Amino acid sequence: MTHNPDDRYVDDAPFDPQASLQQLERADLDAPNWVLVWRKFRTHKLGLISGIFLLLCYLMLPFAGFIAPYGPNDRNGEHLYAPPQSINWFHDGEFIGPYVYPIVAEADLETFQWKFIPDTEDPRPIRFFCEGSEYKLAGLIRSDTHLFCAPEGATVFLWGSDRLGRDVFSRILYGAQLSLTVGLIGISVSFFLGILFGSMAGYFGGRIDWVINRVIEILRSLPELPLWLALSAAVPSNWSPVAVFFIISIILGILDWPGLARSVRAKFLSLREEEYVRAAEMMGASSGRVIRKHLLPNFMSHLIASATLSIPAMILGETALSFLGLGLRAPAVSWGVMLNDAQNLASIEIYPWTAIPMLPIIVVVLAFNFLGDGLRDSLDPYQQ
Amino acid sequence: MIMLRYAVYRFFTMLLTLLVVSVLIFVIINLPPGDYLSNQIAELQASGQSAGVAKAEFLRKEYSLDRSLPEQYLIWMGFWPGPHGFEGLLQGNYGWSFEFDRPVREIVGDTLWLTVVVNLAAILFVYAVALPLGVLAAAKSRTWIDYTSAFVGYLGLATPNFLLALILFYYGHRYFNLPIGGLMDPSFEGQPMSWEKLKSILIHLIVPTFVIGTSGASAMMQRLRANMLDELGKPYVETAVAKGMAPSRMLAKYPLRVAFNPFVADIGNLLPSMVSGSVLVSVVLGLQTIGPTLLTALKTQDQFLSAFILMFVALLTLIGTMISDILLVMLDPRIRYEGREA
Repeated sequence: MTHNPDDRYVDDAPFDPQASLQQLERADLDAPNWVLVWRKFRTHKLGLISGIFLLLCYLMLPFAGFIAPYGPNDRNGEHLYAPPQSINWFHDGEFIGPYVYPIVAEADLETFQWKFIPDTEDPRPIRFFCEGSEYKLAGLIRSDTHLFCAPEGATVFLWGSDRLGRDVFSRILYGAQLSLTVGLIGISVSFFLGILFGSMAGYFGGRIDWVINRVIEILRSLPELPLWLALSAAVPSNWSPVAVFFIISIILGILDWPGLARSVRAKFLSLREEEYVRAAEMMGASSGRVIRKHLLPNFMSHLIASATLSIPAMILGETALSFLGLGLRAPAVSWGVMLNDAQNLASIEIYPWTAIPMLPIIVVVLAFNFLGDGLRDSLDPYQQ
Repeated sequence: MIMLRYAVYRFFTMLLTLLVVSVLIFVIINLPPGDYLSNQIAELQASGQSAGVAKAEFLRKEYSLDRSLPEQYLIWMGFWPGPHGFEGLLQGNYGWSFEFDRPVREIVGDTLWLTVVVNLAAILFVYAVALPLGVLAAAKSRTWIDYTSAFVGYLGLATPNFLLALILFYYGHRYFNLPIGGLMDPSFEGQPMSWEKLKSILIHLIVPTFVIGTSGASAMMQRLRANMLDELGKPYVETAVAKGMAPSRMLAKYPLRVAFNPFVADIGNLLPSMVSGSVLVSVVLGLQTIGPTLLTALKTQDQFLSAFILMFVALLTLIGTMISDILLVMLDPRIRYEGREA
């Protein structure tokens, strides 16, 4: 540091006007792709929050049985259509921890409905890490410990109970296991078919391209739901719920691939003229290798983003099918199956809580949309 | 002249597509093992009613269900003579519904044009809502108008159609005294068309139109907004503004025209999902469209009925797509007439 006579301080090192600029760009250019993507994705707040939320949802799935206070098909004959119960902390101004009031059903002889009257004199603390109905952790480990359960002689229906007295909250947790995975399985099928046919059409061109294109056009011009209905009506009704579940998700995937195949094909058409593709071909790489090693990685990230955006359609599709009684059937529990109960105006008016499964559907679908938008925006890190 | 040639070309591709679709539908319908009649025969034999068996056997012969599948298909379409000569879809004979024990034509009857009306109303709704909102959201991008419309749009996309239908019906009835269920007042059913009947249908259409159109409208709105934003960033817009053109006039005269193309083309993509939506919503709301009939037919394996309805739905979509394609060519001279790629 030099002190100039005019009272300014000057650095002794020679000044390079390019240095700061270069340093910044250098680091950016050297960073691996995923760092850049992550950096950009982080600024997309809505996408980030949605992503974390969805991650938590999926992580929750194996532990649904642990979190849920009841089993999915546990019936409470004495509490049919019980309204949601609130969890209180203070009784008569005194803190006693989370507790519920026991509710007793009384018949209302004028409207012929059960009325549930809480006994506000008798607070009963909720039990934690208690024994309840048996379930399988992640489908493997038998256990009967629950995060929380109802106190002796009382119930804990956070979101009410349905027409058989089953806990809506627990059923939503169990339903998530099917409703959320339907989208994943469906999208894998659609992803596989879309890439297979799209890359074949785009890479080979000619007659194969023509045929695949016509198939895509035909499938895209047909209304999905009637086709879904027709296909699921073809599923034999004596199959086990698990088999039906797989078939339904495969059906959803089979009708979804054309959109994906189209974008894959468009990309291939422009990329197959690139020099590195020709170089690979010259060196004797097989078509399969060129497609897998040289072409697909170019836009895999894009495909993932668009796949994320089409998961919601599958979740809604499963819901619609189950709702109409052609998708999953009881005893399987999914959000669509649950909504089947809320099918008429009467239940919306008298038992509005039976329609609660629509909330997780809306939230999850929105989250997938935001996540997909965020991914799509951030996957091209060099684009401004 | 070229225009006309394109229209004719497009019409023939549609017919060809329809043919393929008919095969597809026939195959799907016949996927489940057995058919309505053989199920019935098995049931009757189990309970020892021989009179019914004879009738079912007769019907099986009558509708050539005892032949091989390809033959059945050709007879159903009317390419091949059945027991009574050429009697298929092409000859206007839609077949027999075993479940309702009546000709398919009688069952679907009125519901066909009501289906068309419902879908048409939904399309009009989509345009009427998406156009102003999309332009507004683009012109006022990154303001509360933009965010509000985006939020409502997302919600529209995310809410399952049938639930929206139930909730809107409930609140519509409660606060606006809108009628519940159906497409017209029961007293008008089967009556000839009259002014009163039309009015009744229009009032009943409000909620279904809204429900079917919402998701389509929000998708289209977002696309229009994106297109408009692309155009708004271009130099010619800046020039127009710099020369002192009024903003609304400028918007309508230049960027909107360019952004309008995808708007028309999109209806081709949108239509299938809207027809899907209308089927679902009709089932929930009990509209007299073909939706509920389709569901019953599929559940009971009533093959002629469900096949006909599926064909009709496909035809509806294909015609809609064709019209949108032709409109697009009229609107944008840059689009090549002869197919997409040589």
